Amino acid sequence: MGLTGISLVLFLIVHAGINACIFADLVDPDENGAMFNKAAHFMGSTVLIRIMEIGLFAGILLHIYQGYLLTLENKQKRAVGYAVTYKDGSKWYSRSMGLLGTLILIFLILHLYHFWVSARFTHQGLDSVTYNGIEMHNMFALMKATFSEWWIIAVYSAGCISLAYHLAHGFQSAFRTLGVYNNRYTLMLTSIGYAYSIIIALVFILMPVSFKMGWIG
Amino acid sequence: MEHYHMNLNLKVWRQKNSNTKGDFKTYQVKNISSEMSFLEMFDVLNEQLITEGEEPVAFDHDCREGICGMCSMYINGKPHGPWQANTTCQLHMRAFKDGDTIVVEPWRANAFPVIKDLTVNRSAFDRIIQAGGYISVNTGNAVDGNALPINKDNADNSFAAAMCIGCGACVAACKNSSAMLFLSAKVSHLALLPQGEPERKSRVMNMVAQMDKEGFGACTNTGACEATCPKEISLTNIARLNSEYLGASLSADK
Repeated sequence: MGLTGISLVLFLIVHAGINACIFADLVDPDENGAMFNKAAHFMGSTVLIRIMEIGLFAGILLHIYQGYLLTLENKQKRAVGYAVTYKDGSKWYSRSMGLLGTLILIFLILHLYHFWVSARFTHQGLDSVTYNGIEMHNMFALMKATFSEWWIIAVYSAGCISLAYHLAHGFQSAFRTLGVYNNRYTLMLTSIGYAYSIIIALVFILMPVSFKMGWIG
Repeated sequence: MEHYHMNLNLKVWRQKNSNTKGDFKTYQVKNISSEMSFLEMFDVLNEQLITEGEEPVAFDHDCREGICGMCSMYINGKPHGPWQANTTCQLHMRAFKDGDTIVVEPWRANAFPVIKDLTVNRSAFDRIIQAGGYISVNTGNAVDGNALPINKDNADNSFAAAMCIGCGACVAACKNSSAMLFLSAKVSHLALLPQGEPERKSRVMNMVAQMDKEGFGACTNTGACEATCPKEISLTNIARLNSEYLGASLSADK
């Protein structure tokens, strides 16, 4: 759980970093997503990245499998429940990792349908654009078209907020599971974990909101 | 501190034995002094029940000084009641006010089956300790105090872990019924001292295996155990246990 979690934490940094290229539009309005499209093309056309993509999917599936197994098995350890449950000793999101993970999964299915399925297989709603003689998918335009509806922005935001809470617990918990008990590191990792959760969620939420508000695109 | 008397409604879990299904019964106790301990209040209730010809409520208790770890009541949704770093026997009635309704349940976990009413079987903890514990038995003359040098930090951390009285509040508080805080306290206590070094790896492997066998859940680091522990055993011990276990799994001979 901890190992797959940390690998997904690393993936999110790359994902957020590459997608943040859309904000180049803020500096140069004529840019029109060129930097992002080139970055996306690099990710989609490099063999090593495509191999890593298989690893990523394996990691996600393993994380989901471990998560549900852990949640279900732990639930079975108390056949007779309490009349009054103990809530003060732990954070609600620490107790709700299964639920938060499920919300993220629902969001993820929609998210993969919007972009990954379109880019890899169906090419639905996907135009091409040419930079320096190289033809590639115009993922920037696809993002702009996808994020034109408020309900999609709402679902994406809800997904990202679930992700933030999931990470707020998961980040520090992963390191405890892997046996980090040096008090200085624990404190540092907990602080980094909270900062990471908030920044990652904010960066991702800003993307659909920026398209919809017309700040970029 | 102000002294006062109170009348209380008690919602107490009654269960004949481990094979029957239990349920809550409501009782009224009157004129309870704020000076009484929670268990003394239960003594009053039991006197009352005996006078009325009813079966008294069975509950575990021994030293009533907060050091033995026998008392085990889940009071108003928290093991050992509302106070921090406190056992049920050291909870006093000044924590409550006149007219309060108090819900009292046993520790609930499959690994801690109810024996009767509020008494649960915690022998799973004994078997975990037996799987890897040790004691030093010195014979002959008294050993020189400094014959065995021990690093100060290790001695402090070991002692802090040895504070665990094995009451099981961590299991009762945990949404996963995990015994990791208990186990981590025992492993830390024993592994940090030089006397525990020879069996360090096999101990952690055996004790974890026994814990899983007893049917406790897996730790998800929610921290509820630390928050309710009467001896304030730190969550850091769980991370140390994970480190010990990982190290032992990678390097143990078998």
